[in-house]
Amino acid sequence: MDKLLKILYENARLSNAQIAAMLARTESDVAAAIDQYEKEGIIRGYRAVVDWDKTDRQFVTARIELKVTPKKGQGFEEIAAAIAQFDEVETVYLMSGGYDIAATVTGKTFQEVAMFVAHRLAPLDSVQSTATHFVLRRYKERGILIKDDAVDERGMGSL
Amino acid sequence: MRDYKEILSPKILGLKPSGIRRFFDIANEMEGVISLGVGEPDFKTPWAIREAGIRSLEQSKTWYTANAGLQMLKTEVCRYLERRFGLSYDDKHEIMITVGGSEAIDDCIRAFVNEGDEVLIPEPSFVAYHPITVLAGGVPVAIPTKAENHFRLTPEELRAHITDKTKLLVLPYPNNPTGGVMRREDLEVIAQVLRETDIMVLSDEIYAELTYGGRHVSIASIDGMRERTIVVNGFSKTYAMTGWRLGYAVGPAPVMEQMLKIHQYAIMCAPTTSQYAAIEAASSCDDAIASMADEYNMRRRLIVDGFRKMGLECFEPEGAFYVFPSIKSTGMTSDEFCESLLHHERVAVVPGTAFGESGEGHFRASYCYSVAHILEALKRIEHFLQGLDK
Repeated sequence: MDKLLKILYENARLSNAQIAAMLARTESDVAAAIDQYEKEGIIRGYRAVVDWDKTDRQFVTARIELKVTPKKGQGFEEIAAAIAQFDEVETVYLMSGGYDIAATVTGKTFQEVAMFVAHRLAPLDSVQSTATHFVLRRYKERGILIKDDAVDERGMGSL
Repeated sequence: MRDYKEILSPKILGLKPSGIRRFFDIANEMEGVISLGVGEPDFKTPWAIREAGIRSLEQSKTWYTANAGLQMLKTEVCRYLERRFGLSYDDKHEIMITVGGSEAIDDCIRAFVNEGDEVLIPEPSFVAYHPITVLAGGVPVAIPTKAENHFRLTPEELRAHITDKTKLLVLPYPNNPTGGVMRREDLEVIAQVLRETDIMVLSDEIYAELTYGGRHVSIASIDGMRERTIVVNGFSKTYAMTGWRLGYAVGPAPVMEQMLKIHQYAIMCAPTTSQYAAIEAASSCDDAIASMADEYNMRRRLIVDGFRKMGLECFEPEGAFYVFPSIKSTGMTSDEFCESLLHHERVAVVPGTAFGESGEGHFRASYCYSVAHILEALKRIEHFLQGLDK
């Protein structure tokens, strides 16, 4: 039932009744399928895409590139898990290319994020080096344009 | 100041402007309006198609093409029609590329209609057949179709409107605005009536790729009908290419030869950039069609379900990207309903009467919008209906 996942991925706020109508299935069918996806860990959670710049919350994000030494028998699993357990860390990816792990870290200020990297990430066993890149502006987040003046240009000529 | 009405052609002065445009001109002046009005896809033209257009510009392919269109495009369109609908046409003498399906409709009606000839037009339907017939000196004869017949044309209705002046039948399926389609068995019985006559068919199949029950069937593929049919189609709806203005007509060579003369003198050739882009569309974009149709289908079910849940009778559309709910339960006319809805809830939909008198008691809502947009519009319409109940 791939279409259900696609629908939820685009808009997780639709009711089961609405999704059922879209897929020509019953509501209980949809509920059961979602349950199943959650149980199997195919669906890991639901979160809003928030433009914090429009709120009074101070919010800074940085992308950290880490070079690490993989451990014997463990590979990158242990260090990835160690990084992931911090609340300040939003994403942790194993990467191909010039560095090994990419982490997204959030905080209230540049200072706070920089300190977190210096005091929490850099000293971790097997971290060889870190490079911190601050996000200056968001244009698109998880497929959603961060834009206020989107205009529908259609309908000017259609009969 | 000269009185231009004295000078201008009475025939033109007598044409009514499109009811859709009239309505939108009001809506466009208002703030915060959310529309279910437009008749064009919200998808972007697939990138490969745009890229092919860009590439042709980089290569300076900016001259006129042959009047009937690029040979490579004509070949690809013929292959496409064969592959998708089992229609075979000669790619040299039985096809012409036009400026949208609209121009092909115009060329076809003008090529056939003599002063006083009657053109049968099942309604509700696209707004252009009527005025174009009038311009050509013909007489438009509306055949009202009914929701209980799934807005299909029935052989009885057809027969009842044929006279010895009938020249042409417009077959606008899949239908804008009703979403009605003609299945093979519905076409067979229409063909049976037509085969006993000299009536030609203008089959407007611009929504052929957007059907939700089964594949579209062209009347040209029914026994004895190929020689009586001009099929009009285009790239606008299928590939989300409305602004590229590109369509085509296929039909018997002697007819194409005459239609081509009109096209030659009025247009010369369809836009060159668009033709190069369309080669890519016709040859390599079947997957894109499928994924867009899939998306429309989900929205179609959602919007039908939404209207029905708020108590509006709503025929389940089988093609195109419109729904045509009935508002008879409100006791309002289509115009009253749509104007009141626009002013109270700022939702723009099109009155059914814009598509012919038989559209009275309905409105057209398009689902060329995101799910979130559709849900917001439904919410407002429901609120409007609740206000009427009080």
